[in-house]
Amino acid sequence: MNYTILVCCGTGCIASGSLSVVEALQNEINSQGANAEVLKQIKKTGCNGFCENGPIVKIMPGGISYYKVKPKDAKAIIAQLGDEPVEALLYRDKGKAVLTQKENPFYAPQVKVALRNIGEIDPCSLDDYLARGGYDALKKAINMPPNDIIAEVEASGLRGRGGAGFPTGRKWRTAAGYDNYPKYVVCNGDEGDPGAFMDRSILEGDPHTVLEGMAICALAIGANEGYLYIRDEYGLALKHVEKAICDAEAAGFLGSNIFGSGKGLNLSVVRGGGAFVCGESTALMASIEGRVGEPRAKYIRSVQRGLWNMPTVLNNVETLANIPVIINNGGKNFASLGTEKSAGTKVFALVGKVKRTGLVEVPMGCSLRHLIYDIGGGIIGGRPFKAVQTGGPSGGCIPADMLNLPVDFDTLTSYGAMMGSGGMIIMDDRSCMVEVARYYVNFLAGESCGKCTPCREGLRQMLAILTDICEGRGKEGDVELLEEISETVLDSSLCALGKSAPNPVITTIKYFRGEYDAHIKEKKCPAGVCTAITGFEIDAAKCTGCTLCKKSCPVSAISGTAKSAHEINKNICISCGACREACRFEAIKTVQKGGLANAD
Amino acid sequence: MPEQNITYEDITPLLLKYPKDQRHALAIMQDMQRHFNYIPRKGLEALADYLGCHISGLYSMATFYKSLSLKPKGRHIIKVCDGTACHIRGAVNLVSGIERVLGISADEVTGDGEFSLELVNCLGSCALAPVMVVDDEYYGKVTTDRLPEIFDALRGEARP
Repeated sequence: MNYTILVCCGTGCIASGSLSVVEALQNEINSQGANAEVLKQIKKTGCNGFCENGPIVKIMPGGISYYKVKPKDAKAIIAQLGDEPVEALLYRDKGKAVLTQKENPFYAPQVKVALRNIGEIDPCSLDDYLARGGYDALKKAINMPPNDIIAEVEASGLRGRGGAGFPTGRKWRTAAGYDNYPKYVVCNGDEGDPGAFMDRSILEGDPHTVLEGMAICALAIGANEGYLYIRDEYGLALKHVEKAICDAEAAGFLGSNIFGSGKGLNLSVVRGGGAFVCGESTALMASIEGRVGEPRAKYIRSVQRGLWNMPTVLNNVETLANIPVIINNGGKNFASLGTEKSAGTKVFALVGKVKRTGLVEVPMGCSLRHLIYDIGGGIIGGRPFKAVQTGGPSGGCIPADMLNLPVDFDTLTSYGAMMGSGGMIIMDDRSCMVEVARYYVNFLAGESCGKCTPCREGLRQMLAILTDICEGRGKEGDVELLEEISETVLDSSLCALGKSAPNPVITTIKYFRGEYDAHIKEKKCPAGVCTAITGFEIDAAKCTGCTLCKKSCPVSAISGTAKSAHEINKNICISCGACREACRFEAIKTVQKGGLANAD
Repeated sequence: MPEQNITYEDITPLLLKYPKDQRHALAIMQDMQRHFNYIPRKGLEALADYLGCHISGLYSMATFYKSLSLKPKGRHIIKVCDGTACHIRGAVNLVSGIERVLGISADEVTGDGEFSLELVNCLGSCALAPVMVVDDEYYGKVTTDRLPEIFDALRGEARP
């Protein structure tokens, strides 16, 4: 039997030390003696999605998966190959050990289309990609008339995964219809939404899929040149994509003569400059052209006049990753997944206060409850769920009584949130909704390019009001004023950044008005997050004297001896809440900070 | 490297890696940023010369893009992720912890030029929140008590 040991080497697992696990495994293979009949090889794969439990090691064949592997575990893993699994490294669901990912409640309900290869292949190996049917779709497409390629994508019902949900086939057809050349195909890898990392994962873990998708698009619209705009912070993704382009060119899958057909596509990588607004199509194109990434008014759409004023198709990473599957299996087949108006699957990043954090791919239309409770395992520490923030800074906060809503492009939008690029940030009762709104407005005010007044000035004023509310200086009428400014910013901003910026404020006011009122009228933060108006006290009756809070306090404000009730010195306390997170007995109470609320 | 010690000989090789085309302006400036730890005025001047564009356009780019800086950064760059997941899992406390340990706030450099602190947008490693990255090395689930040890190890160590 030959064994392949797949070690996840995505950014998450590398941060948890997977590279030293690879080294230790290799050393063990060498030192435990080579057996001519047993071939053992190690592969560094892309992100498995379950980053919180990294480093992840999977043994093929069989698929036994180990989590939180340390270098010292290498000995047992190698020694027990094909034997009894190493019990201590298996994932435990409600105390029961889980052998493979198929039985793991995090993976079992998932349907992998865009993520089909990730975690299974070495992203730096073209052969690995080919072994899983890579570039078959391109080979097929090269002999298809462009119209048939587009028809197939139209039949699939695929909509842009970057957030706006524009039908991909229609975009391609429009671009194909223009008769001026050169045309461009651009991949948007400037994933800026906080809490979303599906694009990073795909670029890191399966770069060839994206290139193949771009090449098929180029054939369909008649482009010979393409760009991948990728965030500079995504070092590993940049490295893997650049290598993939070189390998694909050398193999004749890209470059001037694809599969000897005489058709060509040259791809280049552009590193983003760290500006959120560059995720907006016209700003992104300005940035590729070597200018300041400011959006323009879209009287003329970029499919007609995009990059250097030529017809341009801009698709998101995840959208492109679906293309090879559509060409291989047919658009109808793809459309059989998901809902009528939102076909296929969507990758979500389940993060925040959820038990199982990670990347999840499910058919569109599944409920929020299914995502958060069945796959995500519910809230950390069994605390009550308060809200889920979807769609990044342009999205909204959805409260607990709406958990049964299906997740697709249209449903969430009708409730003031949006699916967006797929970030799902789960919040518990210790997340302050006013502070969350302030956080997003602060983010967007900082990222506003400043070109149009409503976005630039409106967000700044909203931030000032929200900061006042969070710091205990809120006044009657503030909420109404926020609503009024929100309306102006929504209606009159130039680009999608401003047009959606007030969503977090509007939805938190709509669903969590009580929290705003508590901050404004009672100068109280119910979640105990806003430090200016929150203090902490230890409930002596509940305190067991375990000393955990004392150890966690960064400013040594807690005194007390083991097994006796502790006390917080309010003069030293900075209200960071570290003690409350550490306490296992609910002994830390939030109280109103006396006297400071109105200080200015 | 202080501005007066930078010569055009230091800058030219960075320019020549790219063809004379406006679309490479951002990439060249990113390379300068990596090389000098900031964008020196001489660098902007040389680039304007090379591309045949006006320096004001480059200046507006250098101030627009977050990855570019006109002021020298520390030898070790500490990036604290303030994406939503990190934010609700304590990024703010992490920043104030760093402020206490190193005595610098966001966008500042320590007196000895060793460290600079930046608050950055989501790094896409939300499962490890709160995340801190120092010189491309990721630290996940960082607690403030680990900070002195991490920084002590880096202090004096050469920049990668």
